Amino acid sequence: MAKIKGAIEVDVEKCKGCGVCIPACPTDVILLAKNVNGKGYHYAYMENPEACIGCVNCAIVCPDGVISVYKVKVA
Amino acid sequence: MDIKDIIKPENLVYKRTELMTDKALSYCPGCGHGTAHNITMEVIEEMGIWEDTIGVAPVGCSVLAYEFMNIDMTQAAHGRAPAVATGIKRVWPDKFVFTYQGDGDLAAIGGNETIHACNRGENIVIIFINNGIYGMTGGQMAPTTLPGMKSSTSPYGRDISTMGHPLKMTELVAQLPGTYFVTRQAVHTPNAVRKAKKAIRKAFEIQKEKKGLAFIEIVSNCNSGWKMEPVDSNNWMVDNMFPYFPLGDIKVNGELVK
Repeated sequence: MAKIKGAIEVDVEKCKGCGVCIPACPTDVILLAKNVNGKGYHYAYMENPEACIGCVNCAIVCPDGVISVYKVKVA
Repeated sequence: MDIKDIIKPENLVYKRTELMTDKALSYCPGCGHGTAHNITMEVIEEMGIWEDTIGVAPVGCSVLAYEFMNIDMTQAAHGRAPAVATGIKRVWPDKFVFTYQGDGDLAAIGGNETIHACNRGENIVIIFINNGIYGMTGGQMAPTTLPGMKSSTSPYGRDISTMGHPLKMTELVAQLPGTYFVTRQAVHTPNAVRKAKKAIRKAFEIQKEKKGLAFIEIVSNCNSGWKMEPVDSNNWMVDNMFPYFPLGDIKVNGELVK
């Protein structure tokens, strides 16, 4: 069975660190960073990138639309 | 597999729609307005109608919606968005016209315009963001504030004996013969966002077929006004707002849903 691998790319400077994406993720990939961006927000990042399945859930609940999602099938 | 091998343009499955401008949204972190903007613009992009769509921004937090939605927009006086949309639609009956309003704008000062636009059955789409509070001006009590809910003008909680009951605007307009599709949605979880997007799509399809007015309420959070963390405010909304403002279709194809 083909395995699906996903990854997200966060526009760090536009992320407001609201954390709405964290409960939306079914595989607990996302956390807020300890570092802050230029506006002082703790931006979202992939803490556990291996688990990402590219389901797009985080991106569609993101109020600021800062998440882009990529997905590949691995044989 | 390395992340760099996954993040390539050919593997892209989702990104912010081109119909949203590159400006950072002026909303507070976690505000449902951004999600509602995104799904509205995605629907317009998917239907390919961005050159024929005119939006009307309200007064309130989303007063600057025209800065973020990359389509033709205008901005109406407080509460008058349905009246302005009526004018635009009557001059250009083939354009797609929608208003995007908050609860202070639509239910309070614009209650009259809204009810009459719905009663006339104008072929417009009204998107109503209900967060139970006046967000922009500092969290004052709105007509939709829940009983007992604290706001800056009801610091001991809304007392229904003196301040009245929360106004269920969506149920109210569903009673009017002019409305064709009336629904209440939310944007706090991925599933809710997908359902809300389908509802908005349906609303624009109804406008295309000139069947009547489509009214979509989106129950949303106001974490700054409610003085909560974004995720907590979403949970509070599920526990407190949804029992009073239940999600689901209220009127479909001109018939009330029993």
